Amino acid sequence: MKLQQSKGYQIIDQWLTGKGFHAFAFQEQAWQGICRGESGLVNAPTGCGKTYSVFLASLIQFINEHPDRYLTQKNNGLQLLWITPLRALAKDIGRAMEEVIRELGMQWRVGIRNGDTDTAERSRQKKNMPEVLIITPESLHLLLAQKQYPELFASLRIIAVDEWHELLGSKRGVQVELAISRIVNCQGSQETSAQKAVSVWGISATIGNLPEAKEVLLAPLQKEGVIIRAQVSKEIIVESILPDEIEKYPWAGHLGIKLAEKLVPIIERNRTTLIFINTRGMSETWYQTLLTVAPQLAGAIALHHGSIEQELRLWVEDALHTEKLKAVVCTSSLDLGVDFRPVDAVVQVGSPKGIARFLQRAGRSGHRPGEQSRIYFLPTHSLELLEVAALKTAIREMAIESREPLLLCFDVLLQWLCTLAIGEGFEQAALYREIKSTHCFADITETEWQDILLHLTIGGKALQQYDEYKKVEIEDGRYVIRNRRIAMRHRMHIGTIVSDAMLKVKLMKGGYIGVIEEWFISRLEPGDVFTLAGRNLELVMIREMDVLVRVSRSKKSIVPSWMGGRMSLTANLGQILRQTFDKALHNEDEIELQSLHGLFALQQELSHIPRHDELLIEQIEDKNGFHLLVYPFEGRQVHEALSAILAYRIGQSLPITFSISMNDYGFELLSDQPVPVDDSNVRELFSTDHLLADIQKSINSTEMARRKFRDIAVIGGLIFQGMPGERKKARHLQSSASLLFKVFEEYDPNNILLKQAYQEVLMQQMDEVRLRMAMQRIHDHSNIVLRFPKQLTPLSFPIIVDGLNRNHFSSEKLEDRVRKMQAQLEK
Amino acid sequence: MTAPVLHTVRNNRFWLSPQRCIFWEEEQALILSDLHFGKTGHFRKHGIAVPQQVYQEDLQRLVEQIGHFKPGKIIAVGDLFHSVANKEMDWFLKWRQDLGPIDLTLVKGNHDILSESWYADAAISVVTGTYSIGGFGFVHDPEEVTDQSDPYIFSGHLHPGIHINGLGKQSLQFPCFCFGKNSAILPAFSKFSGLSIVKKKKTDTIYAIVNQTLVPVT
Repeated sequence: MKLQQSKGYQIIDQWLTGKGFHAFAFQEQAWQGICRGESGLVNAPTGCGKTYSVFLASLIQFINEHPDRYLTQKNNGLQLLWITPLRALAKDIGRAMEEVIRELGMQWRVGIRNGDTDTAERSRQKKNMPEVLIITPESLHLLLAQKQYPELFASLRIIAVDEWHELLGSKRGVQVELAISRIVNCQGSQETSAQKAVSVWGISATIGNLPEAKEVLLAPLQKEGVIIRAQVSKEIIVESILPDEIEKYPWAGHLGIKLAEKLVPIIERNRTTLIFINTRGMSETWYQTLLTVAPQLAGAIALHHGSIEQELRLWVEDALHTEKLKAVVCTSSLDLGVDFRPVDAVVQVGSPKGIARFLQRAGRSGHRPGEQSRIYFLPTHSLELLEVAALKTAIREMAIESREPLLLCFDVLLQWLCTLAIGEGFEQAALYREIKSTHCFADITETEWQDILLHLTIGGKALQQYDEYKKVEIEDGRYVIRNRRIAMRHRMHIGTIVSDAMLKVKLMKGGYIGVIEEWFISRLEPGDVFTLAGRNLELVMIREMDVLVRVSRSKKSIVPSWMGGRMSLTANLGQILRQTFDKALHNEDEIELQSLHGLFALQQELSHIPRHDELLIEQIEDKNGFHLLVYPFEGRQVHEALSAILAYRIGQSLPITFSISMNDYGFELLSDQPVPVDDSNVRELFSTDHLLADIQKSINSTEMARRKFRDIAVIGGLIFQGMPGERKKARHLQSSASLLFKVFEEYDPNNILLKQAYQEVLMQQMDEVRLRMAMQRIHDHSNIVLRFPKQLTPLSFPIIVDGLNRNHFSSEKLEDRVRKMQAQLEK
Repeated sequence: MTAPVLHTVRNNRFWLSPQRCIFWEEEQALILSDLHFGKTGHFRKHGIAVPQQVYQEDLQRLVEQIGHFKPGKIIAVGDLFHSVANKEMDWFLKWRQDLGPIDLTLVKGNHDILSESWYADAAISVVTGTYSIGGFGFVHDPEEVTDQSDPYIFSGHLHPGIHINGLGKQSLQFPCFCFGKNSAILPAFSKFSGLSIVKKKKTDTIYAIVNQTLVPVT
């Protein structure tokens, strides 16, 4: 039967018509596919009915299968599982779905399950599953940690994964892959013969690798699947907010605040403006500054970021819907989610680092069909104006980045196996086949699998006779966790988002304000004043996991910084940025380039402006030592890898020590002795000969793997964070990731999680393919320009002053190094 | 192993070993702190797979130090054991028997929570508070050392470490021995222990443990 002739379609179509809507072509295509039992990926931007493309199909399917009883049929068991990355989204989506069900007069129920769902609701759901369950990846894993979970999924027809582009490329995406593989297979083993196979649908914004995104999602089904694209195009207008005077020495973060006044007319002109700030710390500063320069906005602007108490965040979201706010200062916390229709302007403060993110944020404004999206760009340092020029080109060319799926995340796998072991348990051979069906673990070897099982059952290598290792036990061939305390501890740690221990910030007189990272607060003394959620707070004391504060009138306060969240420039944007340099001082049609004229003139005078086919290297000596600056414009991530390789290669010719800093434009090798790089040997440094071996060696000699190990150790269950009720005992079980890393390096170098740390550096950071391309470009095709400026140049300044100082490399003997450092101090 | 370094306090000769302990010549005593025996076992019992070799090696290192200095007694300045009894401690007991008649005195630390009978079985004399011998005092937590204290006091607890900075943003940190005017802090003997960085006072003499060498920090 044709979809359009089915009863379900007609009922839904009537309902839509009654509301004055029409189904979009891509929605009908999705309905068609879903009703045929196909799986696939819907590619649609936020705000054009992507939710309906899958949800309504689920209703159509049900009506068609129960044409006479669809209005009265109750308690049908779970039909649609809706996986969403953000808790905050669940409520809005649920509300929208409930509205449709109510208006149709059906008996379906919509349930939400995430960290905020109380236990009463959870047990109600367990007894009697709603037809639609909206869930986060973490809560889904918790559900699969229950006994008899297969019964919950027996009736399931559709798994929808919302915002798949956000999940893909993260460990939460791997969690989704694993959960899907389990649900699909546990259904297959059910005995209900009338069972129809579940279909899986992803919903994704546009990314560079949509076909791959689809393959990853559908891998456990072993199905090809279809991609359905919404043909919605919207005009995007990008406007830069130019400073009156360009500083020739750009310094991150300082320019932006001075431009705050220029935002006021934009806020006043538009109904509602979203102001995106890259870090939570800076968003606090911006909120304060806006109130200072425009006191009349008090009450009409609000702050929204991930560390603010949830109720306040929800209030801000509601106020956005109801047009009570003129502007909201926010971070990526408002990147995703339902539309805020009144928003008609978006401001991006600082580099968005990527084209996809910039487009997504721009798309937050002007949601009505035919409306334009308007985004203002406010630079935090002058060179960022160049990035806007590059972004404009990128948008014209639609050079949108890919999200690379992760491979062989053993930490997530270890966690997953424990999750299954506290619920139904598992049988290893069957589960091996199952996890091999996922994209992430398709290439896992039998040896790696055995290592993982050994890690869980006997704790890796052990001195058998004095060992009491206990975690997963084998009973009648099933791997299970019987120890209740271990099970409880595991349940509390399911998840792959690792942050520093968070402390709750509470007012002395009562009232919860938000959370703050432990490392930040531990540096403060009682009486110090810091800013959170836009308020100045005086630290009174820290009690257990609570930070007690009182409101302060002090003008001076410390703005907290939260770790993480620093993005790297993507390769696509980097390439376009290099080409944009060609226009400097030559073709300054674009307003951004015009305004940078003075800066470029100084760069040219002191050193050189690199063209797209050149690599600039500057060597500068000052009181801090000898700086070697290299500008490949490949983004911070590649620079971290490239700088490690260069340091390693230079270190082969003599004993030398480097401190390495980087930003998105280039990197710096700083040494206490002259760096032997000149025309005679510079090109060889970028040779791709022995690249793989040199990559390995340079990883070993820097801290990159150690940093990766931090998250891996938490996800893999080696580090336990706060444990309510067990706090005191848990202290005996605490150790830092860096200590564990050291211990494994020395005593168990083949440990599976340690190996993963190196593997992650190799695959994500030291991506050989991308590095090889970058180095080949430089070695074979670029003219290398060496300059010896007498003073800091505009390009070098932000790296030397503000660059992220992450790595150290040394080919000197440690003892010699210490003696030399001591001697330097005595001078 | 490189040779121990001599440090003299009030005319007593203390030989500092890069293996994180001190041999006190006048009393023929080996002084060490924060061994945290049983820590790996404690972690493993709770499902955290840290390599047990750490414990094995810590014990072996202790055996070697005893073989080298041939002390008449051992003074452990607290946190000899990490937590409640586990099988690794059975191994310690076996080792203690093999060791024979050397006196082992434990100045109780916050981690030493085993029963009195357990210590008695292990032939460990336990002292709570300060242990005094040969004109010197020993207490686990340096917080309990007062500035006026007359006998020179050795303590542990902190797991002291020292930062060394150099040109070109270079910075390194090492475990260290820290000798002040009236008291000293020992490094943690166990390799499964973190560092808390101490600030060097003018009157302090600090020895950084750099691989197998002791480097005086000026």
